Amino acid sequence: MTDVYSFQPLMVRRPYRIEYIHSYGEVSQFFLGLKEQKLYASRCPRCGATWLPPRRDCGKCGAKCNWFEAPTEGKIHTYSVLHFAGEAFLNDLPFVLVYVEFPGIDTVFLSRLVGVKPEDIVIGMPVKARFKRLVEWNANDVYFVPA
Amino acid sequence: MRRVCVISGGITKFAKANPELTQEAMCKDAFDRALADAGLELKDIDSSICTYFSDHFNGQLLFDSLTQDYLGLCPKPSMRIEGGGATGGLGIRAGYMNVASGLSDVCLVYGFEKMSEVSTAKGNEFIALASDTDFDFPVGGFYSGYYATMAQRHMHEFGTTAEQFARIAVKNYDNAFYNPYAQKHERLTVQDVLNAPMIATPITRPMVCVMSDGAACVILASEEKAKQITRRLVYITGLGCGTDTMRLGDRPRGDVILLPGEEPEKYAYLKGRWPGVASFRGGREAARQAYLQAGITDPLHQIDFAEVHDAYASSELQTYEDMGFCKYGDGGKFVESGLPYLDGELPVNPSGGLIACGHPVGATGIMQGVFALWQLQETIQDHMKSDRLQVKDARRGLIHSHAGTGTYITVHILERGW
Ligand SMILES: [Zn+2]
Repeated sequence: MTDVYSFQPLMVRRPYRIEYIHSYGEVSQFFLGLKEQKLYASRCPRCGATWLPPRRDCGKCGAKCNWFEAPTEGKIHTYSVLHFAGEAFLNDLPFVLVYVEFPGIDTVFLSRLVGVKPEDIVIGMPVKARFKRLVEWNANDVYFVPA
Repeated sequence: MRRVCVISGGITKFAKANPELTQEAMCKDAFDRALADAGLELKDIDSSICTYFSDHFNGQLLFDSLTQDYLGLCPKPSMRIEGGGATGGLGIRAGYMNVASGLSDVCLVYGFEKMSEVSTAKGNEFIALASDTDFDFPVGGFYSGYYATMAQRHMHEFGTTAEQFARIAVKNYDNAFYNPYAQKHERLTVQDVLNAPMIATPITRPMVCVMSDGAACVILASEEKAKQITRRLVYITGLGCGTDTMRLGDRPRGDVILLPGEEPEKYAYLKGRWPGVASFRGGREAARQAYLQAGITDPLHQIDFAEVHDAYASSELQTYEDMGFCKYGDGGKFVESGLPYLDGELPVNPSGGLIACGHPVGATGIMQGVFALWQLQETIQDHMKSDRLQVKDARRGLIHSHAGTGTYITVHILERGW
């Protein structure tokens, strides 16, 4: 039965749902690594660039990268306390996004910060990774807490 | 390459919801206004570029064929261009290519988005799907959150304040008050903006653009053709396009890209730190290309007004710096100085920008082209029934279109040739 929302103009509800069999492809090891409580990053043997999230192919020079284990302690590079979000995350509100900088890693890593009052968060604050025991095989299997 | 002119533009009034019309009918309304304004007929159009952002908003794929058909343009050549928030700006770039190359004499560039068919939260989710869905979307899932982290870092590095962001929002609302095409006609104080509900610290609701239903178009023509159509010639004299990494966290920390006329010493204080997450490298690169082509070495004084992509008040402030209107780090002082206000040295977003006009994604970058054209033709009075927003003696304008955290950015320089 079509659910009519309005007759003038005629507006009807049209649901749409799809399931993807999604592949993490060449970066699968990163997500598998989260279950081992490890952050797998990649390093370019040619130009030395380091990537977290990892890349098979260096984004600077194009060479094939090698895997290595990144440190799990870093510092807050920047953050925001979210009071609104996309539909999929409304139930999580409010939550804190952080970009974490790690020693020896060129990129900064997006994650969530928990266990700290919003007013106590400062840029430069030391944080460490925590890993979910019951993994969901996505980027939220790792999050950060104050170190 | 041939010289290219913008000869006319059309736009619908942007609205939170326009259920009375389909997208194709909104495009037709904008198109008819542009045709009438230039005294052209359908047969005068040689080709088209269609721009819209997301198939998700309406569940209609190949919408470009639906609109091409509805506008009566079949079987003429057409192409859809998509690049997130920069979709409209990229469309103008594609239209320019059509005409400059000689493939077409007259090209219609039209864009639309109808965002009202899903809830605001769902719309935000769709927009966030334009971030890396393996690493960024599952964690944040919200573009305002990403931009807020950039704003926070800018504040940390340069001492920028939330009040400075609020001033930009107030300025844009004030301008839009006189723009009948704008979605929002409100007046706010800096305190109102700061006290409004927080979206993502430090960004409050009025500092964020709104979802919108709307369509806009510009008609581009070769110089030869344009001269037969209008006396009020407006040329595209500079084009730039820059890009950056999909993930904000992957942005490098290196040295500032220099604009024509700048010396490396100017940015010695940023050596090895730029752009990081505080600035938009793609915007800087787009400005560099466009300024080089247009011969601009002193943007603050050589550009008379700018329509920039203020999806967030914070990103407008960051854009002042990327465009070289002021030095990196001085964006906050720039707004406090009054320079980007309507009566300032370089009015920015005299139309009200995305914050107040709305952001029907595929139409936005083209909307900027329409407003810039009217400024340079000195026809703001005709189109807006008031000359309040007419920048006096406007000879050269800049339009800036920008996609998610700066992944695609276009800059066009438009100049009066009459
Ligand atoms: Zn490399």
